[in-house]
Amino acid sequence: MDRREKLKMIRNFSIIAHIDHGKSTLADRILEYTGALSEREMTDQYLDKMELEKERGITIKLQSVRLKYKAKDGQEYILNLIDTPGHVDFSYEVSRSLQACEGALLVVDAAQGVEAQTLANVYLALESDLEIIPVINKIDLPSAEPERVKQEIEDVIGLDASEAVLASAKAGIGIEEILEQVVEKVPAPSGDPDAPLRALIFDSYYDSYKGVIVYMRVVEGTVKKGMKIKMMSTGKTFEVTEVGAFTPHPVLMDELSVGEVGFIVAGIKNVKDTRVGDTITDANNPATEPLPGYRKITPMVYCGMYPVDSSEYDDLREALEKLELNDASLTYEPETSSALGFGFRCGFLGLLHMEIIQERIEREFGIQLITTAPSVVYKVYQTDGSVLDIENPTLMPPPQKIDHVEEPYVRASIMVPNDYVGTVMELCQSKRGQYVDMKYIDTNRVNLIYELPLAEIVYDFFDQLKSGTKGYASLDYELIGYKPSNLVKMDILLNGEVVDALSFIVHRDRAYHRGRALVEKLKKLIPRQMFEVPVQAAIGNKIIARETIKAIRKNVLAKCYGGDVSRKRKLLEKQKEGKKRMKSIGSVDVPQEAFMAVLQVDDNK
Amino acid sequence: MAPKAVYIHIPFCTNKCHYCDFTAYVVDGQPVEDYLAALEREMELTVAEVPPGEIETVFIGGGTPTVLNPQQMERLLLSIRTYFPHWSNEWEFTIEANPGTTGEELLEVMQAGGVNRISFGAQTFRPDLLQKIGRIHGVEDIYRSVEQARSVGFDNISLDLMFGLPHQTLQDVQKTLIEALKLEPDHFSCYSLKIEEGTLFHHLYERNELPLPPEEEELAMYQWIRSNLPRYGYIQYEISNFSKPGKESRHNSIYWLNEEYYGLGAGAHGYMNKVRHANVKGVKEYIHQVQHGKRPVLERHEVNAQEEMENFMILGLRMLKGVSCTRFYSLYHKRIEEVYGSVIERLVEQGMLTVQDDRIALTEKGLIYGNEVFASFLI
Repeated sequence: MDRREKLKMIRNFSIIAHIDHGKSTLADRILEYTGALSEREMTDQYLDKMELEKERGITIKLQSVRLKYKAKDGQEYILNLIDTPGHVDFSYEVSRSLQACEGALLVVDAAQGVEAQTLANVYLALESDLEIIPVINKIDLPSAEPERVKQEIEDVIGLDASEAVLASAKAGIGIEEILEQVVEKVPAPSGDPDAPLRALIFDSYYDSYKGVIVYMRVVEGTVKKGMKIKMMSTGKTFEVTEVGAFTPHPVLMDELSVGEVGFIVAGIKNVKDTRVGDTITDANNPATEPLPGYRKITPMVYCGMYPVDSSEYDDLREALEKLELNDASLTYEPETSSALGFGFRCGFLGLLHMEIIQERIEREFGIQLITTAPSVVYKVYQTDGSVLDIENPTLMPPPQKIDHVEEPYVRASIMVPNDYVGTVMELCQSKRGQYVDMKYIDTNRVNLIYELPLAEIVYDFFDQLKSGTKGYASLDYELIGYKPSNLVKMDILLNGEVVDALSFIVHRDRAYHRGRALVEKLKKLIPRQMFEVPVQAAIGNKIIARETIKAIRKNVLAKCYGGDVSRKRKLLEKQKEGKKRMKSIGSVDVPQEAFMAVLQVDDNK
Repeated sequence: MAPKAVYIHIPFCTNKCHYCDFTAYVVDGQPVEDYLAALEREMELTVAEVPPGEIETVFIGGGTPTVLNPQQMERLLLSIRTYFPHWSNEWEFTIEANPGTTGEELLEVMQAGGVNRISFGAQTFRPDLLQKIGRIHGVEDIYRSVEQARSVGFDNISLDLMFGLPHQTLQDVQKTLIEALKLEPDHFSCYSLKIEEGTLFHHLYERNELPLPPEEEELAMYQWIRSNLPRYGYIQYEISNFSKPGKESRHNSIYWLNEEYYGLGAGAHGYMNKVRHANVKGVKEYIHQVQHGKRPVLERHEVNAQEEMENFMILGLRMLKGVSCTRFYSLYHKRIEEVYGSVIERLVEQGMLTVQDDRIALTEKGLIYGNEVFASFLI
């Protein structure tokens, strides 16, 4: 078939949904309905590949699938379903995958209605001029209110919801209608198949046999096996060895032309060479302009990662190297802590990203980690006019050298039922938030806009938001830049020694309170030692809080076990095992939880 | 070399104490006769595998071995004589007994059967406390039983005492000890209460309904016992054990020296030919297995060289005289410093161990933090 003819039969779309609103289940149903997967292959939620993703019910790595669908008009269409990650940490990836589509299914839970996360992604989709097809999911729930939700979609988003599909992915209701609407409403891609190649990278994946597998969408031109390609942001060139698509099984093809979605393999060794959002072009006939919207992703949150057993330092480095192969947004650099020894300062897109990496290192590589509390990047303007980016509180220069400090701010959009508006506003206020706007979505719900320091979001904002609103509030945020703040570095001393890994940066107004709360918390977390251990919080040389961990008075087994030595051993082994999980700092054994304790101190108590 | 010690478990009691998690069943309705027959059969099966040499110590523990009636006791003692016929001239043969369970006839049977040491589970001399921990004997029973045993001719009597009991104060411990001293026993075992899973105490403890003395007070109890018993001529020779000179428990010393022993009966542990084993716990299962000609072993664990050295240390250091470096070398053909040099150095630095001539031993501080020391010796 002629490339231009073929173009008319292609529909590229993705699914936008809030976590739990049924995106993965719907994707599975679509795969099933179009016969892409046999029943035997239908494990639940096929697209969420990683074990962790399944456990947490979220998508981290993107997937795309090429499906064949015979529509009611008798024609066979090629549908490319591009999955999007479902978490605010990955909103840039979401925007790039939306860019690869012409349409999107907006899945809204028939009982819960529109959430902040959904809204944010809908705006992203609208920015990319996507055709949005509303789908009201879970209509079989007793609490479903499809009419109310339709109204909400019209009022809040301003979309015509009169033709919204009433569906239940779980029960398989409405799947055909969804596909019909995709064929009917989502525009076929346009573009010149003979123009110089421009393809958008929306994900990549490292395969140990083939190297990097690049997921991309051809916007103009054609990519073929044997072609020499160039990454427009880095200028690096590679030769294409494989072209294909996932159906969802990988299938090799001769070429991918305008409008098509698929993968290429080109002997690329490092995912960092295939940056999400970058444009692939023909090295011999390059396009003049890259596709718009590319941005180098920079980590928002940093933490120190140290092996509990210092002899595992090399193993940790290898683990990070391996994870980095598949994760272009993970950064790491060696660092040293006087308390924790040799480790790495790692950068992440957000807290979820950090937790995922941490868990994967512990689980897949079997390395026990001590991680320090996450920190944002502060801009420190020194009196000599220089500016430092401080991502590790320990490296904060002494106060006399600091002119002023700036911290990153986000614009947070919080969607919340009326009854909780007061609570949420109070929370935002207590987290140093600046009120921007408040919009009534309907008679029941409000969208609050605040500017908040990112550090507060990293701290415990989300948990408090959820607990303060019985889980009804939803949050989305985007980085808006840096603002000056009155910040100080707080040190924690154990047994009179500063533990660098426990230092943190805090707003001066709450320094006293947080310092006191933290030493109380540490007193509970650090097990008693054979000697008394003072725990102190200090700003500069000034001690602002002190607690004492009482000494353990005895630890002896004055019991008769007769000849049962195995019991004695088990007891001692347990004791020894417990110690292994701790880091010995000076002569004090400190458990991992202590390093995260700063995150668990409640400012309001 | 064949084990020189025999442990025999009698898993029956008149009642179950609130803190006890040993293999012990209330005796009413239990197949005691069948059990004794099975024990005899187990001895036969065991000595066929590991023929005994000269036996130095025998220990019948429980449970409460003295719930056996005189005929049953006679039978048990006879079977021991039958299957372990050669005894050293200086044998030590201990039976554990509860105050109030040793009638004159039983005592005479015991003596005739070779028993020469009785360990009475006195626990405390505060009557209401005895009741609270689930003991059924009274203070009077302790006096009477000890006197009776003496009148029959037993001249090696030990008392078990417990401290750190719920509701117990330092003063209680002092009073108990003063009362106990009046009986002039030859040996004291002073154990601290440990809350074990599956006991009534554990259940109460979980619900926060067990008023245990604070740690400081429990420590004070231990220290008071330790510092006062020597004034009455008792030497502390192990973390929990005190004796008149020459009256140390030789059977327990075999455990602490990491030497081998036969272990017979339901729930018993044994150590033969470098294999440690635990027997099945249920009385019926025990009987069943033995009747089918099988040694009733639940778990079997071959002790490797490293573990042997670890056990040597964690058991040996319980004794106040500590471990002998030359004995270590003669057993394992490695110098102790080679294996544990850095550990010992660190513990000496921390003030937990002393090294003197051939011996390494706990210091006063090491005694209190014994588990820290022992755990360091696990590789």
